[in-house]
Amino acid sequence: MVNEIDLRGIIEQVLKEMNLSDSSASEIIKEAQTRISAATVIEDGCLPDVTEVDIRKQYLVENPVNRDAYYELKQYAPCRLGIGKAGARYKTDPSLQFRAAHSAAQDAVFSDVDQSFIDNMGFFTVQTLCDSKDIYLTRPDLGKKLNEEGIKTVLEKCRKNPTVQIYVSDGLSSAAVAANVADVLPGIMQGLKSYGIDVGTPFFCKYGRVGAMDHISELTGATVTCVLIGERPGLITAQSMSAYIAYKATVGMPEARRTVVSNIHKEGTIPAEAGAHISEIIKTILENKASGTDLKL
Amino acid sequence: MKEVILSVGIDIGTSTTQLIFCRLVIENLASSYTVPRISIVEKEVVYRSGIYFTPLISQTEIDVEAVKQIITQEYRKANMTPAMLKTGAVIITGDTARKKNANLVLRTLSDMAGDFVVATAGPDLESVLAAKGAGTDLISEREEGMVANLDVGGGTSNIAVFQKGKIKGVSCLDIGGRLVRIDNRRITYIYDKIHKLARDNGIRLEVGDPADLGKLTAVCRLMADQLAQAVNLQPRGVGHREIYTNAGAPLPENFPVRAVTFSGGVADCIYSAEEKDVFRYGDIGVLLGKVIKEHKDFGRIKLCPVTETIRATVIGAGIHTTNVSGSTIAYVKEQLPIKNIPVLRIPEEEERETEAISGTIAALIPMFYSEGKLEPVAISLTGRYHTSFADVQILAQAIARGAGELIASEYPLVLIIENDIGKVLGNALNVLLNRRKDVICIDGIYAREGDYIDIGEPMANGRVVPVITKTLIFNS
Repeated sequence: MVNEIDLRGIIEQVLKEMNLSDSSASEIIKEAQTRISAATVIEDGCLPDVTEVDIRKQYLVENPVNRDAYYELKQYAPCRLGIGKAGARYKTDPSLQFRAAHSAAQDAVFSDVDQSFIDNMGFFTVQTLCDSKDIYLTRPDLGKKLNEEGIKTVLEKCRKNPTVQIYVSDGLSSAAVAANVADVLPGIMQGLKSYGIDVGTPFFCKYGRVGAMDHISELTGATVTCVLIGERPGLITAQSMSAYIAYKATVGMPEARRTVVSNIHKEGTIPAEAGAHISEIIKTILENKASGTDLKL
Repeated sequence: MKEVILSVGIDIGTSTTQLIFCRLVIENLASSYTVPRISIVEKEVVYRSGIYFTPLISQTEIDVEAVKQIITQEYRKANMTPAMLKTGAVIITGDTARKKNANLVLRTLSDMAGDFVVATAGPDLESVLAAKGAGTDLISEREEGMVANLDVGGGTSNIAVFQKGKIKGVSCLDIGGRLVRIDNRRITYIYDKIHKLARDNGIRLEVGDPADLGKLTAVCRLMADQLAQAVNLQPRGVGHREIYTNAGAPLPENFPVRAVTFSGGVADCIYSAEEKDVFRYGDIGVLLGKVIKEHKDFGRIKLCPVTETIRATVIGAGIHTTNVSGSTIAYVKEQLPIKNIPVLRIPEEEERETEAISGTIAALIPMFYSEGKLEPVAISLTGRYHTSFADVQILAQAIARGAGELIASEYPLVLIIENDIGKVLGNALNVLLNRRKDVICIDGIYAREGDYIDIGEPMANGRVVPVITKTLIFNS
């Protein structure tokens, strides 16, 4: 920041260059000083939280031809449309929102799932061959295999050959796991219970890629394996979760054998309802002894 | 994955009886990676019957056999059998609904029309169907402000007001083209309300009088004034309330209608000017159309073209009665279809207070007893306040506690939810009731108190069920 003395110097110099008389120059300086001090007020309070804005409702175009029509269009999807502009740039508010969304996406990838959350769900934790987020992100192959200790833990703690093995994995969004698992998992469990289908011991897998389910399927001998995993975050939500489900998954099997239910979050498919839906898919997979593209749902 | 279902619409009106068949195409609009979203994506009329005069035995009785014959003959012409039809509606409209054997006719026809073809009467639903058949709901999406459709038929004028595609209100007036009939240049019939309307305005009009064009034009002008008053284009006169069918309610006076559409038999005379004998149909329909067309108050607002006129109601009945439920629901296949289930609506403010839900259900159930016996009931709620898994369990418990009498009855437990929680709530109830009770829990459907609901057999690989909501109460 330029302090007042500097400012005075700058103005004096400019005025001198403009060839104004000394007296009028000092008047202008005085005027400028009073304006600056009048404009500076220190307030208490907080700035509004930009992430709380509902972008379906925010419409910032000035003098629109048809405000109602544009507003209605916005209701179809939470897109950054009709946010106006300041000259050639974004307005301040949308620009801050965009940066906040980007930060949330980054945080979702780089942060870990809270240990207390894992404990509350009653999960034990296993880990893949990755031992940091950096390795996880740069070596997808290592995220598809459990480490030695993980293998040992699964063999020790999981019931062998269950009809269904469900586990949870951070994937690319820890935020998604924290936001949805507590609703999706009991939804699946309740559905399976009402169909009379037995379920193995659920657990948490850290630094897991989708492919880790193949390794886990081989270790547990489950007929159907289902992983609830955080999706790569976007700029609309960082909390979207997917379920990948496969019949007798094996390491090296084609990706096409996985059935997926994506877009599970509070603005997408309601998590508890998604759980009920997944339980029915598992039932269908068991009845047809097939999953992925082999199965017509 | 597209699936085609066939639907029928049968309209037995004051002056004409018609039938249409249509194709409804349902398709999953979601990608295969997400939860399905099955919708009706295409609606197409594939067959239109001729337009018959509604056969009557007398002024008060419909000729059931003759109606049956018309329908059977048209089914044959179209190569349709009742078994091919998945859905549809038979509707008795206008003056005909007042005939003493109207109910018998409805029952007979819905039995022969197809398994899930619903029978219905009632001016409120008719207003909505006519407007949708005319395309007014779509027109209102493009227009600023409210758009009213006036379905001016033989015996009644059904009005429905739409704004941005949503229904705002309906009303029905005893104004129609066949309420004064003429034969051989003489008046042969005058409906009492029209007789009174003329008399109150100083026009003497009696059966047997010669058909005086000037006098009848004046009567038609009075009728058109009533229509203008009904849509707030003219201040409402003293006797205006009396003209509503079955002492029904008028539209609210604060509805600013900005554009109109017309359907029904009289509409053709409003949209096209034919200078032929105005009494050629033996009634005042043509004259009424002409008067409405020239009416100064209707001239002040926009007149929008429609897609259907005289066939609007039957097309509405065939195409616009069926909805599909949400795509993740719970049901017991053996219990479907179910028809004519009255709705027990839990008020939204009580739904918010979970503790109030049981009490409300328990308190409302006695309303559904008929002759000392409980009738089937569908419990309806928004489902907006219980979306987490734990809350859904609490909701299920509250419903189970309140609906004890229903659970103990022979009927399935039917729930109609707006928000997408149908399957998880259904599962919760199934587990809670140890699967000893058949639970039908569908979502994506809005039903309010006073509605009746029909749920058809599952479609689209069992993902959805067709649902018809019959709204019987509107403005009251």
